[in-house]
Amino acid sequence: MKVSIAPRRRASAGYRSRLNREQSRLSMLAIPIISVLLGSMVTTLPIITTQAILPPLGLMIFLSWRLLRPGFWPMWSGLPLGLFDDIFSGSPFGSAALIWSLMMIALELIDSRAVWRDYLQDWLVAAIIIALSIVGGWFFLGLSGAKPHLETLAPQIILSIFCYPLIVRLVSRLDSWRLAT
Amino acid sequence: MAPSHKNRPRGFSRKAQYGLFATYVLTIAGAIFAGLLLIISVIDPTGFSALRIIGTEITAPIARLFDSLRRSANDLGGNTSAYLDAASKNRALEKQVKKNRIRLIEATAIKLENKRLRGLLKLKHEETGHIAIGRLISSSAASSRRLATLSIGANFGIRSGQPVRGPDGLIGRVIETGPTTARVLLITDANSPVPVMRAKDGTPASGEGLSNGLVIIRPVNLGLNPFKIGDIIVTSGNGGLFRPNIPYAIVLRKTADGAIARPLATPATSPYAMVLPIYEEYALATQAQPADQPIANEPIP
Repeated sequence: MKVSIAPRRRASAGYRSRLNREQSRLSMLAIPIISVLLGSMVTTLPIITTQAILPPLGLMIFLSWRLLRPGFWPMWSGLPLGLFDDIFSGSPFGSAALIWSLMMIALELIDSRAVWRDYLQDWLVAAIIIALSIVGGWFFLGLSGAKPHLETLAPQIILSIFCYPLIVRLVSRLDSWRLAT
Repeated sequence: MAPSHKNRPRGFSRKAQYGLFATYVLTIAGAIFAGLLLIISVIDPTGFSALRIIGTEITAPIARLFDSLRRSANDLGGNTSAYLDAASKNRALEKQVKKNRIRLIEATAIKLENKRLRGLLKLKHEETGHIAIGRLISSSAASSRRLATLSIGANFGIRSGQPVRGPDGLIGRVIETGPTTARVLLITDANSPVPVMRAKDGTPASGEGLSNGLVIIRPVNLGLNPFKIGDIIVTSGNGGLFRPNIPYAIVLRKTADGAIARPLATPATSPYAMVLPIYEEYALATQAQPADQPIANEPIP
């Protein structure tokens, strides 16, 4: 007596394209890059504020990718992405490029010392880096004329630090999407 | 989390260590390059304006597309702090009553002042109208530099230096123009001095942004601090850039040497932005300065 296995094969045929497939190189690379670029371009949306309150989203998405996937970004990637951010941020050209480059070096040094970190420690690292880069941006702004009082940065820094968990979740969703396609 | 680190080799591979060293050198060189760019842009703030203008021009259609959403976005974002502040309805209502009263006083004060000044000066500069009317379509919401993007540019005859006002009062002045967009330095920016006076009696003063949505008013005659809470501050026309009597701010509280005031114009909710001609043509001479530099328009006492 012969049992036909043909129907079973037909059922599995629908999954064949998704099993043991090659991941798309393009989306593996493009999704992180595009997400950072879009984060930098958020300031072009019609959000009009009288003070700097919006978290620096380009920086925070970049930082989240860096902490979530150490080794994904080459160390020099702060320069091109920072230059792109400078076009839209309104700060003196080159300030984000410098801050993002320094951030990458600092994270590399942190990674070589504190190798195993949990989520809270990552958040602490992110909080320090976010605060330092906002203050750094403020300092570079002051080089070209009057600068505002330091305490006007406080709302933005606090908001940004508490936005980090949200951004890192968004980035991890993007990451699983990136690896699934 | 497990570091899946492909860029940082471990162990004693000489080749891998050289590779890491090269990456460090490359990154530090990149940082130095960025620092040089920064120095250039600090020395010459208009140097990279072409890049910024291209960026703004490319993204302007998106901003224009979403402009209809602006009100709601603004209600969610810009006023969140106000909602948090006024947790109780009562307080919100009280605020509104106060605002209305101030608006009413402001209107009367400006009306009277206009009449009196016109009579006094035999006003040689008539209200010369406006150059063009546009909308503010975005702002540098994440930077301490307070800039906004205007939906019109050189195609409507807009040039650097021209004042911009809304229906409620002064918004700022144009510092960069692109083909179809312009960048406006808001009065709340720390680098945006405006010669002002008290509407009631013309006490000369100088206004400057604090970058937190408020402005500081410093009287020109030091030593006495004549300001009272609720005083209306208008532009004085000194310096020749802003025409007189554009509503500027309302005094919130006194400080040791001046007063903290809230700008009357709210760029976020303002339905339009009117670009005005430069008040006096001699101000054009100072426009040769870099756009980010403050224009020497301190009022003469």
